[in-house]
Amino acid sequence: MTNTENNTRYDKLGFWERNKLSGGYLLQKKISERAVSIIRFILLFGMCFMILQPILNKISVSFMTEKDLYNPIVISIPEHFTTGNYRLAAELMNYRQAVINSLLISLTIAALQIAVCTLVGYGFARFEFPFKKFWFAMVILVILIPPQTIASSLHLHFRFFDILGLCQLITGNTINLRGSKLPYYLMSAGCMGLKNGLYIYMIRQYFRNIPGDLEEAAYVDGCGMLKTFVRIMLPQAKPIITSCFLFAFVWQWTDGFYSKMFLGNTKLVSTGLARIVDSLGAYIQRINGVKTTISVAYSNCILATGTLMIIVPLIILYLFAQRSFVESISSTGIKM
Amino acid sequence: MSKQKNKLAGLQKRKAISGYLFISPFIIGFLAFMVKPLFESCYMSFCNVNLAAGTVTKTFNGLTNYVFAFRVDPEFNRLLWEELSRMMVYSLAIIVFSFFVALILNQKFKGRALVRAIFFLPVILSSGVIVGLESNNELMSSLAQTIEQSTSGISITAAMETILRTAGVGVRAYEKVFEVINNIYDVALSSGIQIIIFLSGLQTISSSMYEAADIEGCTKWESLWKITFPMISSLFLVNWIYTVVDFCMRSDNGVIEKIQKVMIDQQQYGNASAMSWVYFLLVLAFVGITSFFISKRVYYYD
Repeated sequence: MTNTENNTRYDKLGFWERNKLSGGYLLQKKISERAVSIIRFILLFGMCFMILQPILNKISVSFMTEKDLYNPIVISIPEHFTTGNYRLAAELMNYRQAVINSLLISLTIAALQIAVCTLVGYGFARFEFPFKKFWFAMVILVILIPPQTIASSLHLHFRFFDILGLCQLITGNTINLRGSKLPYYLMSAGCMGLKNGLYIYMIRQYFRNIPGDLEEAAYVDGCGMLKTFVRIMLPQAKPIITSCFLFAFVWQWTDGFYSKMFLGNTKLVSTGLARIVDSLGAYIQRINGVKTTISVAYSNCILATGTLMIIVPLIILYLFAQRSFVESISSTGIKM
Repeated sequence: MSKQKNKLAGLQKRKAISGYLFISPFIIGFLAFMVKPLFESCYMSFCNVNLAAGTVTKTFNGLTNYVFAFRVDPEFNRLLWEELSRMMVYSLAIIVFSFFVALILNQKFKGRALVRAIFFLPVILSSGVIVGLESNNELMSSLAQTIEQSTSGISITAAMETILRTAGVGVRAYEKVFEVINNIYDVALSSGIQIIIFLSGLQTISSSMYEAADIEGCTKWESLWKITFPMISSLFLVNWIYTVVDFCMRSDNGVIEKIQKVMIDQQQYGNASAMSWVYFLLVLAFVGITSFFISKRVYYYD
């Protein structure tokens, strides 16, 4: 009773009177709060600027003509505004075709990888079976082994591909799978794609945190293992599956290593971007008829434009899916 | 009684079988695309691989490839040590940076959603080929060098470095620190996932602990070390492993580039395998030793 009375009494008082009553504590607290928020603002502003600056820089450079690049007065706003860089970069990367290819491959690969990884993650989270620890250690090992270590032998493995020697028996020859997309789909179906160990790990953590009551109720009611998984557990795991799918999509979209190794013949945005400076050289040589060295600034300008064009679809995706990128991982509460 | 036990055993068996069915894609994939190539590349590293006329001929030649990698090849040794030492410094920097950022992003302030969105942008920006283009472009680096030369003395870190050097503070350690500070952009770019993981850990700590500590007269600084740090210490281990692995697989890594050059351009599969095995074993040993020491200090709450 007295407490509330006191409170109402304090509310009527001005700031300085309350400060006096608290012996200076209130002022001190206010100042320190303000100081913290100012320092935090400066820090965050600096760091955000640091992350965004290259993108902003690329955007401004991508609209400049070559003349502007050498003009010392022009820093960020182009004097001769042009979209020619975009047209040139699109032509060099074969943009439309590359985007369609990349979209198709990234979507199918990501869907396949996540479907398989969800199954495996669920298996690790919810079932007890002999050698479980051993197999899980193998998952960790898969995360740890750099794909470059086995790259050379995978290269040969698919060059002379054979299923247990069957093909050699029938046709007398091994199949050359290099240059086709099949090996990569096979690897994805076997959880050996890009960072798949990580997805298994994340999905397993998520499933472990879901309470098992629903599942047991389903078992008691006579629901089978697979049906329980599809009908009961999958709907609950939607957030982690979406976020893993997004990761898989993004990483596949920009991946250079696997793309170069398995999908070398297909035109993709990632491999197109990696080659863009060379193709610029070839393009200019084709026009001029003589071998000319391209200026540093101009090739960088085209490179920046190409990078922007490759990132833009991802950024649009990110803007829409930002929530599920961030929040679902936070909700997994990853623990070792 | 015994019947019931039998039934339980049957359920367990059924569970075990369906468990194996669930992870069977992984087992098949692991055996077909990981174990076999792993052993093959291990064998190849001891062989002289000849890829002529469409057939592979492997002739066993002992440790020649390893001797070649260490004794003959002019670059490999240097690249290996450079990358390993860079990895140590940068992984530490990334962990510290991402922990710090996660602490800030966990507080309440205006525009938090926007700032979070910006900080996770690197997850997109620092993937795949884009990293290689950013930092590995020769043209770009030559440009940066000319800029650096023409503006020498303007950079704050350089000025600080000269001041500290004239003051006679230990030089080697500071050089590393300054190198990291100069490349803070790289650090920020590669710490997206780590920030998310730390943030997820910070959000699981119940606020009642902080309140109790506050009432007991604990300052913020003390509760950071006595509550926050132990509560998310297990995430340090996760992040450390992830960072190291991520670092050694990046496409702008010197050793990786060297291996790819030897394998694809020079077609020396044996040498490439030997080099990648040396690299892999060193990284594995590094991860193993460091995570052993970290896991000793990890505190598990439940």
